[in-house]
Amino acid sequence: MQTTNVTCVICPKGCNIEVDHENRDGKEVVLAVRNNKCPRGYKYASAEVVNPERVLTSTVRLAGGTYPRLSVKSEHPVPKTSLFDCMREIRKVSVTSPVKMGDIIIENVAGTGINIVATHNG
Amino acid sequence: MKMNVNVAVIGGGPAGLAAALECRKNGIDNILVIERDKQLGGILNQCIHPGFGLHVFGEELTGPEYAQRYIDMLSDTDIRTMTDTMVLSLTLQKVIRAVNTTLGVVEIHAKAVILAMGCRERTRGMLRIPGTRPAGIYTAGTAQRLVNIEGLMPGKNTVILGSGDIGLIMARRMTLEGAKVSGVYEIMPKSGGLKRNIVQCLNDFGIPLHLSKTAVEIHGRERIEGITVAAVDENLSPIKGTEEYVECDTLLLSVGLIPENELSRGAGILIDPKTKGPVCESGFETSVPGIFACGNVYKVYDLVDNVTKDSVLAGRYAAEYIRSKSE
Repeated sequence: MQTTNVTCVICPKGCNIEVDHENRDGKEVVLAVRNNKCPRGYKYASAEVVNPERVLTSTVRLAGGTYPRLSVKSEHPVPKTSLFDCMREIRKVSVTSPVKMGDIIIENVAGTGINIVATHNG
Repeated sequence: MKMNVNVAVIGGGPAGLAAALECRKNGIDNILVIERDKQLGGILNQCIHPGFGLHVFGEELTGPEYAQRYIDMLSDTDIRTMTDTMVLSLTLQKVIRAVNTTLGVVEIHAKAVILAMGCRERTRGMLRIPGTRPAGIYTAGTAQRLVNIEGLMPGKNTVILGSGDIGLIMARRMTLEGAKVSGVYEIMPKSGGLKRNIVQCLNDFGIPLHLSKTAVEIHGRERIEGITVAAVDENLSPIKGTEEYVECDTLLLSVGLIPENELSRGAGILIDPKTKGPVCESGFETSVPGIFACGNVYKVYDLVDNVTKDSVLAGRYAAEYIRSKSE
């Protein structure tokens, strides 16, 4: 068994969470989670040991808007290892105004199954 | 042109929008929000990262989403907005002089004023770093605006001085956009940024955080070529012999924020020398009756959720003030 200290990034408290886990047939299995102050922390810390994920935010080119960029995000967290693959796809995209917050900008970005959506009207 | 309003809100960021909305909810009409940018939302629009709204909306939003929600709420009311409009002065009598390209100079007479101008970043000049004065030195927030709003990259090889949250956020942002961030240097023994930002902005990308170290010289003629950093002692003075040269073409400064109170000072409002915000006895009312202050112009906040909560109160008190005057 191994214990990993995880600093929670879900809220500004930044709890120091301890996760006991062990490797079973090449897969990390969570045995216990301690010092989390809320259920979100439990979820985050477990995922951090098994398969770390992050919400990715960036911008895409915007034609005809007030400003030349439109802010976007991954609708759900994407695996940390695919962040740069997602960025490569995001960089290629241009959209034209009008765009509404929540509009899908890229479907299934970098094969993650996650959509990139607008986070502002543009 | 001359206008009469019940409430004039200076600044259309999270503080101004929340205060204006709360004023309206409390039965006050003829409210005007004045914003110098082309769009409402203030600095939230360039804070494209997540981490906002957990307390106010019960879910995690990005800055632009948080802003858009308030912009949408505002557009469902009869609150008027003037964007791309710069306020030039404010007087004790609550007369605002503003200018924009369509109306020219406008004189706005208000029964109550809510100050929501936000804050500014400390600059190189305030740090007094010796050396040349080349291009390539930006405050972290300026770089954030360039990258996220204007779509311009400030440089390729970045060093960040100061570990405030905006600096940490920009370390990640520049890295994701393909720049190299060789390190963050913090003069204090501890980072001023949130723990979660150290984890997800630096540790995630292997960007080193050097504590108790600061820049002692800037090099480069036209464009910055590097900085000399040195360790500091407990008095924050550089220790001789610890100097190292760090190559870079861009230096971002994330060394603190100061409430932007030029207009307040012009109106004769008392400023607290410690917080650099207006002195407010109670109810977010400044030393001038009927002029209220909220958000980062009042004091620098860590969290926009708390800005919203306090600004709602400021809006409520401003509404109460107007009611008490008309009775």
